[in-house]
Amino acid sequence: MHPAPSLILFTVLSGAGFGLLVWLGIGLRAPTGVAAFLVFGMGYALAGAGLLASAFHLGHPERALLAFTQWRSSWLSREAVLATATLAVMAPHAAGSVFAAAPMPVFGWLGAALALATVVATAMIYTQIRAVPRWHHWSTPPVFVLASLAAGALFVGRTGLALGLLLALAVAMIAHWVAGDRQFERAGSTMGSATGLGALGRVRLLEPPHSGQNYLLREMVHVIGRKHAYKLRLIALGFGALLPALLLVLPASYVGFGLALMSHLTGLLAQRWLFFAEAEHVVGLYYGKR
Amino acid sequence: MTTLPQSTRTKLGLVIDLDTCVGCHACVISCKGWNTENYGAPLSDMDAYGAEPEGTFLNRVHSFEVKRDTAPPMVVHFPKSCLHCDNAPCVTVCPTGASYKRAEDGIVLVNESACIGCGLCAWACPYGAREMDGVEKVMKKCTLCVDRIYNENLPEEDREPACVRTCPAGARHFGDLADPESAVSQLVAARGGMDLMPEQGTAPVNKYLPPRPRDTLTTPDLASLCDSAPEAATGFLGWLDRALERL
Amino acid sequence: MQSQPALNLSPQVSDEVRKTTCYMCACRCGINVHMKDGKVAYIEGNRDHPVNRGVLCAKGSAGIMQHLSPARLRAPLKRVGPRGSGEFVEITWDEALQTAIDWLRPLRKTAPEKLAFFTGRDQSQSFTGWWAQAFGTPNWAAHGGFCSVNMAAAGIYTMGGSFWEFGQPDWERTKLLLLFGVAEDHDSNPIKMGLGKLKARGARVIGVNPIRSGYNAIADDWVGITPGTDGLFILSLVHELLKAGKVDLDYLIRYTNAPYLVDAGTGLFLRDADGKPLVRDRKTGQAVAWDSAGIAPDLAHGMERDGATHLPVFRHLADRYLAPEYAPESVAEKCGVTPAQIRVIAAEIARVAFEEEITLNQPWTDFRGLRHETMTGRPVAMHAMRGISAHSNGFQTCRALHLLQILIGSVETPGGFRFKPPYPKPPEAHPRPHARHATDKPLDGPHLGYPLGPEHLLIHEDGTPKRIDKAFSWEAPLSAHGLMHMVISNAHAGDPYEIDTLFLYMANMAWNSSMNTSQVMQMLTDQNEDGSYCIPRIIYADAYSSEMVAFADLILPDTTYLERHDCISLLDRPICEAEALADSIRWPVVAPDRDVRPFQSMLLDLGHRLGLPGMVQEDGTPTYRDYADYITHHERRPGIGPLAGFRGNGEGKGRGAPNPEQITRYIENGGFWIDHIPEDAHFFKPWNAAYQDWAVARGLYDKPQPYLFNLYLEPLRKFQRAAEGHGPLQPPDHLRTRLIESMDPLPRWYPPFSEPEADAFPLHALTQRPMAHYHSWGSQNAWLRQIHGHTPLYVSGDIWTEHGFTKGDWATLTSPHGRVTLPVVRMDALNPDTVWTWNAVAKRRGAWALDTNAPEATKSTLLNHLIHELLPAKGDGLRWANSDPITGQAAWYDLRVRIEKAPAGQSVSYPDPAPQHSPVPAPPRNLTHQKKP
Repeated sequence: MHPAPSLILFTVLSGAGFGLLVWLGIGLRAPTGVAAFLVFGMGYALAGAGLLASAFHLGHPERALLAFTQWRSSWLSREAVLATATLAVMAPHAAGSVFAAAPMPVFGWLGAALALATVVATAMIYTQIRAVPRWHHWSTPPVFVLASLAAGALFVGRTGLALGLLLALAVAMIAHWVAGDRQFERAGSTMGSATGLGALGRVRLLEPPHSGQNYLLREMVHVIGRKHAYKLRLIALGFGALLPALLLVLPASYVGFGLALMSHLTGLLAQRWLFFAEAEHVVGLYYGKR
Repeated sequence: MTTLPQSTRTKLGLVIDLDTCVGCHACVISCKGWNTENYGAPLSDMDAYGAEPEGTFLNRVHSFEVKRDTAPPMVVHFPKSCLHCDNAPCVTVCPTGASYKRAEDGIVLVNESACIGCGLCAWACPYGAREMDGVEKVMKKCTLCVDRIYNENLPEEDREPACVRTCPAGARHFGDLADPESAVSQLVAARGGMDLMPEQGTAPVNKYLPPRPRDTLTTPDLASLCDSAPEAATGFLGWLDRALERL
Repeated sequence: MQSQPALNLSPQVSDEVRKTTCYMCACRCGINVHMKDGKVAYIEGNRDHPVNRGVLCAKGSAGIMQHLSPARLRAPLKRVGPRGSGEFVEITWDEALQTAIDWLRPLRKTAPEKLAFFTGRDQSQSFTGWWAQAFGTPNWAAHGGFCSVNMAAAGIYTMGGSFWEFGQPDWERTKLLLLFGVAEDHDSNPIKMGLGKLKARGARVIGVNPIRSGYNAIADDWVGITPGTDGLFILSLVHELLKAGKVDLDYLIRYTNAPYLVDAGTGLFLRDADGKPLVRDRKTGQAVAWDSAGIAPDLAHGMERDGATHLPVFRHLADRYLAPEYAPESVAEKCGVTPAQIRVIAAEIARVAFEEEITLNQPWTDFRGLRHETMTGRPVAMHAMRGISAHSNGFQTCRALHLLQILIGSVETPGGFRFKPPYPKPPEAHPRPHARHATDKPLDGPHLGYPLGPEHLLIHEDGTPKRIDKAFSWEAPLSAHGLMHMVISNAHAGDPYEIDTLFLYMANMAWNSSMNTSQVMQMLTDQNEDGSYCIPRIIYADAYSSEMVAFADLILPDTTYLERHDCISLLDRPICEAEALADSIRWPVVAPDRDVRPFQSMLLDLGHRLGLPGMVQEDGTPTYRDYADYITHHERRPGIGPLAGFRGNGEGKGRGAPNPEQITRYIENGGFWIDHIPEDAHFFKPWNAAYQDWAVARGLYDKPQPYLFNLYLEPLRKFQRAAEGHGPLQPPDHLRTRLIESMDPLPRWYPPFSEPEADAFPLHALTQRPMAHYHSWGSQNAWLRQIHGHTPLYVSGDIWTEHGFTKGDWATLTSPHGRVTLPVVRMDALNPDTVWTWNAVAKRRGAWALDTNAPEATKSTLLNHLIHELLPAKGDGLRWANSDPITGQAAWYDLRVRIEKAPAGQSVSYPDPAPQHSPVPAPPRNLTHQKKP
């Protein structure tokens, strides 16, 4: 799949934002006044920026309201509904914290649940897509959820929690890669099954339908070198989970948390880039791209 | 309406004969022409006369080569457009309800005025049947010429998809695949019509007829066809003489 | 949950449908042009039309983009930069026509032959030829010599017609179809429709072609033959069939010259005092005229006379092809097939022909007056195209194929091959070529024709050619379509003489319609010492900004095919079917929005201004207002005009006075006219009295002209005899051996003339036109160019492995004449010694209104760069034409090459000629202009 910057940014930033809101919602930190304004602001800003980035991905953002209608069947619609609901439900809690030093835990807990559900919905948008076998696996949501919660934990500066989540994220990322590398074969789609000609012999593409580019190739067929991918996996794992974890076991400091957060987000950008770039869509079979 | 209908009254679709398709792209262009003028937004062509032309097409013809162990390689031309799946994953992922499957005939359509151009439906489709238009920024796909097949402004015989009407070799057939008695269903039954990527669980309505066996000619040697071997006894001339006498 | 949107399922399709004829290739299908707001909106096939029955190929449906192409020329142009640069200024039509008059009028008064007028994919050849005849120049032809004259001429000489416009397989009945060298380009929709019919009933198709693409991809059996060896393969099939006695003796006796007695001394037929060929009557043992009543012509025995045995043709034939040199074992390796493959195909032909014969209960009467109660057919059909004809042995190969068809009795019989009117038409019924010219006078007759002996050659007393292209000279005696591909090089060399003005129409001679493209561009720009051009003046008429435009001095812009009148005439290359006479028109479904004029109308205007006979009336006014007026009122013979339908009072079929309402009637009828042949005349046409009478009634002939098929082609023997030293007309000595070897009266195979290059250039290189392109036109078409925008070189798996190619590599092909570099692609379904690429895609930068970095220029080239119109020097001081020695057909499939991997870093194809200035404005970037109602 084409690693679109808008989608990478969206999933990383909004994931971090909703993760932060989860922890703020359940009152893991309960700042008030300016401090509350800053941390809630950060959560809202990240979640909002992510949503905004995703809007850039749309051909017709002016019709975006329609995306709230299909929550019964569509994970993308659910995500939109949940994200908006999170921000709305969390608002009294946030406003109370900022302006009245009076957090409203009912809204907080409810908002946290919604925030978590939003991240799950985001992950499910990808997980549900059977045509991308690497995504279509139970390991996809844990990566999204753990990354989100870990970022949130780093924001709220809870060392133990963050450490645990980062290590869990490392395990989840590895699991996602290891399983993902086998997913295409497991899905069973081949040029033979795609064309129905497999029983006749070995199928290969002779000529693509058009000599030039097309939307499908640009959007869904992205070929990435194995070596390149391996390097990026190390970066994702190192910066996204292991390095921040290491920083956390060092004596606690704001600088340490800051660095851990920066590292985590950097690593996550690499992870997300790979998440798209390594994901092979079965349509590539029709173009001899595997 | 992104939930799929429980069942549809008919299942209109195409049967594509891979034994007959010569790969001429006639269907590709008639589709382009009809759908540029009809249902929804026109199909644009970006950089049309430039170094990297890229247009929207709802139907494209691939060419595959099949290598075989004991026979010469085959070339198979392979037209591909929306398969109007019963279990269409492109429909259920749509956040706005723009993508839907018609309850009456099973045609999968995009209501362009509700399409936000998120592209998720194209991701969900294993077949590459949907293309985002570069200018209009809405998702385009085969409509099975829904604006032809019921069109009372067209003569009855023209109420079929443009690709079927134009196919010179007659490699494309249109009909109701829910009706076992329909010509298309009969064809599928007789020729072993198949689904593409059945493992994807999409339950496509469109079927493909596989190429018939190739390079199987093993007629008995000529000699066994001869009543009297001409080279016997008197040679060719003798045979010729006898044959002329029999005329 | 939303409800399903309400759709308008019956939208208005268009305001109006205008029915005309396609011109996106030479197929001439009927099209329905849907109009919205007075503009062309959508094009589909016309269901009533005899050619395409409603279907339409990719090109046809993309006609709208051709019509709207940004490459359309906008006004007459005068060259202001050097030739080849593409620098022009727009001028008025008055200035343009006056310029042409100023150039042409003096030529007509002094030396009309100094005008060479050649047309390319012209579908008005009977008109342009008539114009050239009136002008008085002997130098006119269209592109057939470059294209398929071997096929056409071999067919006419052998059996009175060939494939495509001449005839077709009996698609409804055939049970076995053999395709030889058929790419999809000619007669494309009818062949696809026919193949579809065969496939629908499970009939077998055998494809003989080095490349398994297109039709050959769906062939049930594929013979990946080595290029240039089809003739040998076919004659080996003949060997097998003869050996097994699987030939239709009855058919051969009745309908062919198989029983004719051949004079053992001269090789000419024994004839009686009236000149009638003699046969031996088995009943009496006497030699009698072939058409004597009640005889039993003998195929087995000859006559003793003057101490020599004069054998019938069939004995010569059997003796030759039964020889071991034609046995499968002897030919298989050369052909790139196995002996078993040849045997099995011969057996299948025999099985289907003789065990699955078809009998129609349709009585008919033959030309001898004999009534037959049934029509018996051998349901084996064959079709062939350029793959067998564009070789230096192409004429004889095409003859061999017809021989095979005839031996099994499958020509003009049910299930076999069928002629389409006005064919069958034997060589005798065609005109002879003419070239006698005088100042200010028309030519003495039609330019092109079918010589029956050396006496019909167009040569001066000293043997030098009369025509600039040397057609109908000893170098190409039967060049029935002229030799367009030789015009520029001959004119440049001043051999046989210099010309003044080269006038071309729709012929992209500076690019893909020439062999040796790079050098042709050089010839067009070469200057004499005084700075004048070697070819002094070039006028070019075309609708589009092609490569050739840049090399002309004066451009006369044509309209698109939707903006003008045309007629697809019985006098030309008609659209008839095996069971019907048909012709059609084009008419302006829209008016041009540019300062352009329909070429044919413009040519009539030019003819009027030049005062050409037939184009100006006594009072000085033009005879024809425009081409439509010519189509309606011109008569070639009394009562016979360009269009056969709705003549006289509107009921006239074939014959009748001009009808002023004729074009209106055609338009009302969907743009065409059709007249069905009576059922008893459907088959056996050359010998069927009912057909002959019908053809006379329709004006195809003026009297019945039954004839026999020429298994043994006596005119060839006449040329051979001249080369042996007999007769008053003698070829130059250096041509004698070649004439004797090639002009064999019985089909034979000889290696293509490029064979000696095989050691240094081991591979064959072919081009074929993609199904979605026609000549150069596809690349200006925004839709079609997306399908085929470049020309990768397809190489077989063996070559791929041997040279270590990987994806993304480029290869350089070298021929004795040049080299090209292209990206490579692997293809296994390919003759292992063959490489190929798409023709007609590559473009010169700056042409066709494309971006100068278009893939057509940067990832594409023409194999034409590798092909010379002359063979490499052999050390005999001569440069031999790279053509068939009989017809002069360009032998571009003889091309031999070697391949090397191009060094890494190659990113642009080679050659990469300098860009030409575009005489048309830059095109829009994105196309979304189509409007909904």
